[in-house]
Amino acid sequence: MLKYDIVIVGGGPAGMAAAVAAYDAGCKNVVILDREPQLGGILMQCIHNGFGLHKLGRELTGPEYAAVYEEKVRQRNITVFAETTVTSVSANRIVTAQNRQGILKIQAKAVILAMGCRERSRGALNICGSRPAGVYSAGTAQKLVNCMGYQVGKRVVILGSGDIGLIMARRMSYEGAKVEAVCEVMPYSGGLTRNIVQCLEDFDIPLYLSTTVVRIHGKKRLEGVTIAQVDENRRPIEDTMRYIPCDTLLLSVGLIPENELTRAAGIPIDPVTNGALVDENCQTQCPGIFACGNVLQVHDLVDYVSEEAERAGLGAVKFINSSLEKEGNIETKPGYGVRYVIPQTINCINEDVSLFLRVTRPFGKVKFSVKDGDTVLAVSKKLKAAPGEMEKLTVKAEALRNVTGPITVSLEEL
Amino acid sequence: MMKKDMICIICPRGCSLTADISDDHVSVTGNACLKGKEYAINECTNPVRTVTATVRVSNRDNCMASVKTAVPVAKDKMMDVMEALRKICVQAPVKIGDVVLQDVCGASIVATKDIR
Repeated sequence: MLKYDIVIVGGGPAGMAAAVAAYDAGCKNVVILDREPQLGGILMQCIHNGFGLHKLGRELTGPEYAAVYEEKVRQRNITVFAETTVTSVSANRIVTAQNRQGILKIQAKAVILAMGCRERSRGALNICGSRPAGVYSAGTAQKLVNCMGYQVGKRVVILGSGDIGLIMARRMSYEGAKVEAVCEVMPYSGGLTRNIVQCLEDFDIPLYLSTTVVRIHGKKRLEGVTIAQVDENRRPIEDTMRYIPCDTLLLSVGLIPENELTRAAGIPIDPVTNGALVDENCQTQCPGIFACGNVLQVHDLVDYVSEEAERAGLGAVKFINSSLEKEGNIETKPGYGVRYVIPQTINCINEDVSLFLRVTRPFGKVKFSVKDGDTVLAVSKKLKAAPGEMEKLTVKAEALRNVTGPITVSLEEL
Repeated sequence: MMKKDMICIICPRGCSLTADISDDHVSVTGNACLKGKEYAINECTNPVRTVTATVRVSNRDNCMASVKTAVPVAKDKMMDVMEALRKICVQAPVKIGDVVLQDVCGASIVATKDIR
């Protein structure tokens, strides 16, 4: 059995940033395992720009952002096992993986889960109709176009206005396709505002809100889709049905943290985030196993993935040095207007703690409050809040000291 | 005077900007930073975009090199950039920052991915 201090599952932005942070905090015996031949994860197919503005102060494309971290990994002599698929992680931190050499088992002092997320597929949506070629998840189409150079279609409808769908609307337009429509079942877009401007408005692509695809037509190749408006219960309204001829349907209908390994290890999962329940060091409820990046919660910006992963990396080093505090055990709960709060538990009450959350729907001017019963621990005002943009609140150590918990994060509309 | 509402796309904050356009001056409100003001003025006078795309790699199978315009180009020239990129191939190895095409609509095209 191999022995490493820290084993990191996944070499995307989260895995790389966690490795670098752990190494710089003094743990030199770190290994990253990744199933792909190169590091970088999903960033390698995200060739558009807008990455790194917060974290690096520069605007980079996905592969460039990945290269910055890959260079940091290489400089530090962190071990990387590429083309190596992890098949299990056990609660006592034995990681089993396989690659061309065979099966390897690694005993780790700490494990960092950084497996990212995957796309929700057509099967999860129950769209009626046939099963022709030409129906792709947006990320699959992105890989085919950007990494392998295929033209996936010429006349395109996109279901879902998440960021990948919007980015692909622009990408397909650049490649000469006509994007007929982007349909969004919700009354608002789940994507970043700048993507709606840059990817749709620049190309005169219509965005139909409260609209969904109700039928897929075509035998061998997709021939068209029927779209319809939906009522407030998201049920299609029959007399709004309309046929759009197209040869390609891209689905951008949500991302699911890829937590099969986590579940198999018996680590409790938050039913709202679909990621592990963690404390402020990104430690799961299984001691010594940490989670960060899109496997913990689906992020909108890679910059925040890197920051979260750094906390996980530092947490893992503290765990190995037995300097993780366990005294707080304060639960956090979402209140009015808040869908979830991460971390779900606060253990260290001697340092300021950042809370990350998403709102339930778009709001105008709001005030966020963190409360322990009636005691206000922190407040923060925002001009607007939307589910597509993660919010961060910081609670000062002084405020945490006398807290009994659970603490609630809620918003007030101003 | 003409008013133009827009959403700033410089960063994910997405400020709602209002530009008041007169004959020789654009005044901007709603911006949280100076870059936002600059963006609004440019959107009214000379809108530009960084184009990101791919070019074929002639000596690798199923492999594309991702590229971008080193500086933003005029918004109405985006498709001209794409047309120029469709005609070229690069040869691996490619390094990030390598210029793959000079002066397309006022910008050079640089690689954004290492191809070994």
